[in-house]
Amino acid sequence: MTETNTKPETTENHADKIWEFFCSLKLTVIILLLLSVLSIIGTVLQQNAPAAEYIKEYGQANYELFVNLQFIDMYHSWWFIGLLGLFSVNLICCSIKNFPRVWKFVREPVLIASPGVLKNSANRLEATSKEDKQQLADRLAVLLKKEFGTPQRSEKDGKLYLFAQKGIYSRFGAYATHLSILIIMAGAIIGNIWGYKAYVNIVEGTSTSQVWSRGGQVPIDLGFTVRCDDFDVSYYPNSRRPKDYNSDLVVLENGQEILRKRIEVNDPLTYKGITFYQSSYGSAGNAFFQIKITENATGKVMNIKAGQGQHIKLPGGYAFSVSDFTATGRFGPAARIHVNTPDGRHGTPFMVLKNFPDFDVKRGGKFSFSLIDYNEPQFTGLQVAKDPGVEIVWVGCLLMIFGSLTAFFFSHRRIWVCLEDAGGKTKIQVAANAHRNQPGFSLTFDDLKLKLEATIENKSSKKEG
Amino acid sequence: MDSGTLFNVTTIAYFAAMVLFFAYIASKSNTVAFVATLTAFVGFLINTAALGMRWYESYQILGQDGRAPLTNLYESVVFFAWTIVLIYLLIDLKYKQRAVGAFVMPFALFSMLGAQMWLNAGIDPLVPALQSNWLTYHVITCFLGYAAFAVACGVSIMYLLKIGKEEKYQGDEPMAGILGLFPSCRVLDDMNYRAIMIGFPLLTLGIVTGAAWANYAWGTYWSWDPKETWSLIVWFLYAAFIHARFTRGWAGRRTAWLSIFGFAATIFCYMGVNLVLSGLHSYGGG
Ligand code: HEM
Repeated sequence: MTETNTKPETTENHADKIWEFFCSLKLTVIILLLLSVLSIIGTVLQQNAPAAEYIKEYGQANYELFVNLQFIDMYHSWWFIGLLGLFSVNLICCSIKNFPRVWKFVREPVLIASPGVLKNSANRLEATSKEDKQQLADRLAVLLKKEFGTPQRSEKDGKLYLFAQKGIYSRFGAYATHLSILIIMAGAIIGNIWGYKAYVNIVEGTSTSQVWSRGGQVPIDLGFTVRCDDFDVSYYPNSRRPKDYNSDLVVLENGQEILRKRIEVNDPLTYKGITFYQSSYGSAGNAFFQIKITENATGKVMNIKAGQGQHIKLPGGYAFSVSDFTATGRFGPAARIHVNTPDGRHGTPFMVLKNFPDFDVKRGGKFSFSLIDYNEPQFTGLQVAKDPGVEIVWVGCLLMIFGSLTAFFFSHRRIWVCLEDAGGKTKIQVAANAHRNQPGFSLTFDDLKLKLEATIENKSSKKEG
Repeated sequence: MDSGTLFNVTTIAYFAAMVLFFAYIASKSNTVAFVATLTAFVGFLINTAALGMRWYESYQILGQDGRAPLTNLYESVVFFAWTIVLIYLLIDLKYKQRAVGAFVMPFALFSMLGAQMWLNAGIDPLVPALQSNWLTYHVITCFLGYAAFAVACGVSIMYLLKIGKEEKYQGDEPMAGILGLFPSCRVLDDMNYRAIMIGFPLLTLGIVTGAAWANYAWGTYWSWDPKETWSLIVWFLYAAFIHARFTRGWAGRRTAWLSIFGFAATIFCYMGVNLVLSGLHSYGGG
């Protein structure tokens, strides 16, 4: 061979080798195992924590190593994404290589069984009959139609063939599963590029048209306004465990009310592709109290509105202040109050309970207090997400589930019948196979065999059974 | 009778079934094998009743806030035992290979024992994040998947115990000794694959329902938290298993090992992450 001849051949060989490499199932197994092992890193090493935490835990040198290896945000590192990319390439190449073979089953079904298949198939039947080929074929076709699907007839070299099949779609199960992986990845990429995750805290009664992206300091404009009319949290009886928390949200555009919904955990509000999730809550500034004060000497009653920490004058130069408050004390809402004497000295603080209005009378001070009502402004903490890829991800997930179920639990089953004249009689050969679950198919075929025999003898199979 | 008592009886029944399966391997008596399977079945029924009773009790204790018993670590572990025996009995129905019981029942027994010795059996009301139907779908699918992997792991251990001997063994007589009672390696390999074929779509569903729930509760279907990542690791391992079977040189011993590693990772995903690592799923710690 000359120089010029060998060169193209070796490059072709190289291309072939590269192609084979990307198609190989061994590569798949290795990538899957690598992905498993590498993913562990991110579960052991906390991700995206502040630098100081790593330095404290592992030291400066190790921290720098982690940064260089991109361990701190490993699921977005070039090597992890690269591995996922290689995985996709592997998947695509493998599908391109194998799909035509599967497609051929649909486009060019093997209508005529080879003598080898008829002789050696694990599921086969041989019989002879005095009847004519055509007549037999007609009867067998009826049976096959019932058991397998409409048979196709063909003739070759004086032999008459029937072919029927069932479940050919199951050949596509694996491909649907593989396609679903690519769809899910596409959905995730779309969500990452055109979506965002953010949060916002809205104080009851106020509104906002901006949210803050997680991590970033830049506000994102919603393009509309969200107002929180009310926030509520309810607790389980005799417990501090929150049972529910919910916010009355209103969506406004140009001052017009568009949408109103009471959201709670596990029940968000969506508007224009942006979803608001109830996620947290907290106190927004000082509480206000409605307090009833009785001057014990005179029996005079005063109703006073007091803000937390505010000093409020009482008759005779005294003053009081609510220094602390909890809505979820052991005995229900409780305020801590102290009374200042006319010379300005702090009195001993005491508790006033909303659920026990007469409780403070027993203290026997100059004044008795009861807490009539309170108003504690709160903010609702909302997670805000925009994810234009999420529907694509769900489509991928559904496809994956149906695809893998089809791949695992259904099979492509085929049956061939060959009828030929043999010395005034008709020789009948039947062969059948399934592309998976052969043991299960053998049992089905044993049943079918009885029916086939009965049909050939033109008897009802029921009498046989 | 309260659910605690019923769970105790379940544990005793699973213990008895396991001992009987061992006795079968020692005695090779088919009667013993039958009694062992029957005991496992009765244990399964009692386990079912206990779960039902606990469900009922949750309504008695919490009133309208009662819920299916699938919400904390204790409940998930006793449910895990239930799913293991369920999948085992289903596979037994098909294969009738009684020796497998000796390698699967211990998983169910250890789950029950672990739950009763170490875990808090209190019935507490649910925090808002857990009040979702997705929780139920998520837990049921995950644990049915895990249980199938437990069966696959048991079968793989049998495979590895037997394959060395079977390769050396010559002759037409069935193998003598304990290993002779084991199904042939071809059957064990097939059972392993079947169990994973059941488990893999279930795990997929478990991950998908979990993602759907997360998306519904806080707007991110995937956040790479340790539990999520470990479930993906498990999923990768079993995907590797499925494909390794198509590759000559990987089928057989290596796939059996993959099945065992897969189950070890499953258990870590389930327990280890809660005990060792931290993350969103720390609810199970209670
Ligand atoms: C985690 C990702 C993957 C999943 C969940 C998956 C799922 C599946 C399933 C369910 C089957 C059917 C198994 C059976 O028939 O027993 C299958 C078969 C197959 N997979 Fe994958 N697969 C994945 C990745 C890949 C990749 C990356 C390749 C690339 C080379 C690949 C190549 C194949 C091949 C060649 C088959 C056999 C197809 C056939 O029977 O015609 N898989 N896969």
